[in-house]
Amino acid sequence: MTKPIIEVQNLSKLYTLGSIGATSLREGVELLWSKVTRRPPLNGKKLTARFAPEQVGPVPHSFWALRDVSFTVQPGEVIGLVGQNGAGKSTLLKILSRITEPTKGRAILRGRVASLLEVGTGFHPELSGRDNIYLNGAILGMKHAEITRKFDEIVDFAEVDDFVDTPVKRYSSGMHLRLAFAVAAHLEPEILLVDEVLAVGDATFQKKCLGKMGDVARQGRTVLVVSHNMASILSLCQRAVMLKYGTVARVGPVQEIVHAYLESAKPEEVVALADRHDREGDGSIRYDSIAIENAEGGSIIRTGSRCKVTIRYKSTKPLRHVRFLLTIYDLTHVSLLQLDSEATGGLPENLPAEGTVICETDALAITPGRCYVNLDLVRGHQLADHIAYAAYFDVEEDDFYGTGKLPKREWTMTVLKHRWKAGCDTAAPLEPEGFKDR
Amino acid sequence: MKAEETAAPGAPLIGPHEIIIEPNQAWLRLDWGQLWEFRDLLALLIHREFASKYKQTILGPAWFILQPLMTSIVMTIFFGRVAKVPTDGIPPVLFYLCNQLSWNYLTTNLQTGTAIFLNNATLFGKVYFPRLVVPISLVLSNLFACLLQLVSFLLIYLGYVLLVPGTRGLHLSPSALFLPLLFIHTALLSLGVCLWLSAVTAKYRDLNQVVQLFVQLWMFASPVIYPLSKFPIKWRWLAELNPMTAILEAFRLCLLGTGTLTVESLVMSICGTLFLLLTGILIFQRTERTFIDTV
Repeated sequence: MTKPIIEVQNLSKLYTLGSIGATSLREGVELLWSKVTRRPPLNGKKLTARFAPEQVGPVPHSFWALRDVSFTVQPGEVIGLVGQNGAGKSTLLKILSRITEPTKGRAILRGRVASLLEVGTGFHPELSGRDNIYLNGAILGMKHAEITRKFDEIVDFAEVDDFVDTPVKRYSSGMHLRLAFAVAAHLEPEILLVDEVLAVGDATFQKKCLGKMGDVARQGRTVLVVSHNMASILSLCQRAVMLKYGTVARVGPVQEIVHAYLESAKPEEVVALADRHDREGDGSIRYDSIAIENAEGGSIIRTGSRCKVTIRYKSTKPLRHVRFLLTIYDLTHVSLLQLDSEATGGLPENLPAEGTVICETDALAITPGRCYVNLDLVRGHQLADHIAYAAYFDVEEDDFYGTGKLPKREWTMTVLKHRWKAGCDTAAPLEPEGFKDR
Repeated sequence: MKAEETAAPGAPLIGPHEIIIEPNQAWLRLDWGQLWEFRDLLALLIHREFASKYKQTILGPAWFILQPLMTSIVMTIFFGRVAKVPTDGIPPVLFYLCNQLSWNYLTTNLQTGTAIFLNNATLFGKVYFPRLVVPISLVLSNLFACLLQLVSFLLIYLGYVLLVPGTRGLHLSPSALFLPLLFIHTALLSLGVCLWLSAVTAKYRDLNQVVQLFVQLWMFASPVIYPLSKFPIKWRWLAELNPMTAILEAFRLCLLGTGTLTVESLVMSICGTLFLLLTGILIFQRTERTFIDTV
């Protein structure tokens, strides 16, 4: 067993709210005076009053951005760092990249570190692209010779061949971004710390970045990625660490952690439809309410339950040719299925101006977990109403297969009744791996 | 290409690098090796400073020469002609130009160096490198401007000696060979003061306003517009507490042959410089470690 390349041991970081120490000389003198006289500083009252609700920890108006965070990373691992805003991801990354110091604990990094907390750090607008490649490279820790060796490659990657000698301030923002990422992408550290850089640029560029990151990972380097984009975390990392309120909530395989994160990040409550004003569409018809229950009218929906959706709508005049569309999503915003009145038919062509429609389903073949419903109402070819996250329901576990065994949501989203038997030589058996691949 | 990359996984990466990050409350934590490792960055930052300052200006680097020249002319008119401040028998233009060499260098350093933390907050917040590289690069890039100024001084000096009768007494003495040491001395002194000011202004922003005043007062406390010889002997020790005093006098002694310099005052200046530099590094280090939490 080799030594872990990153070892984080009980890392803690205390932040003082408002300001550290004093920001003006007057405050400084006050603080000093209070230390001498052992009385609370004059401005202390003001600060505590303002920050009292958040205050945690022993020192007044201070809080622990990180508390006893420990984990290890093995060489060659690509590890994701997930957590909600304020969970301490950026603080952790800042400490690991030596931008700020921890308050307690320690971290050991066994290798050359490069951190990419922002694309294009240190670009100087007056200097040419060439000068900036060297400057940026040096800031990120590359040697002059190293940059010279990779110069053409960088320029190629950034697609700025004709503009290397133009000042960067004349670059388009896209060129600026490409050049900046190109420099960063050609770093060859043993440990790469990346923060949200994938959140910038257009889709093509993001794809390019992701591809490059994948390459870096495949070269056996260790990468620590912070991102809110679960798709990129899933595609890049094998393992992930979930932070919550500054502590490590969970460490494990990436699917598991991403799932746990999404579970914890789900909206607390869905607002009643009548109070929803963030709708789209022309507004000629409005969804008034929606109720999702099982076929017997109970509120519990299980895998394999038959469901009944009752929708009330409101309009000013009778409806003709309307289409009710319910799209059901999982936590990762992947569409699971649609209930479409046009696809199935059955609704009369003409409906009263105000009324109720009911949709009944067969057995719901969805694995246990939360589902969200988006509502659309289309009149002719015109979108009349659209509500995102109009409702949610939790699919509870049930003995769908009659064996007491049911796949989990992290593994797959749907279930299907199927049969196995031995002795079929010609038919290729279904590989269990086939399900995982989505 | 891929295969090549994997076959030689980055030649410069070899070597057991171990970085330990922990809270460090010790006063001195200076990693000289790290500083050396980032020497390429130092060179590039010097280049950046120099190139960016005069991009899109009409006269470019000529400003390095013109600005102190004009200051000297103004000083000659007001202090030399109008106020008749004595200049140790040296032609006032040369006297002021010579003083401007070191004084202008110091003030440029202070002007550019005071706001290191505030100006580079975004950079410091996003990427790690030894922060000391920045003030050092500033002082070195300004040194280049100062050397340009020296060349212009020597040209004017030469013109003076050749064209103006009665200045034949002036001559460059062999002591001019000490000039490089004097430049280094000035560089270290201004680096020390820069480190102090940048650390202090990072914490107390209102001090930014005071720096300008401080520089002006310092000028009047230094023999910039008057020679030390005009200082009452009784109080001379007080003037010599100021490390710039010996530097200014030494510059004049080296280049113009007259100056009031004693061994004690020079030693005092060197000690003062080293003290400012060392304490400056300490306080700068302390500030850099958590500065980013306060912005």
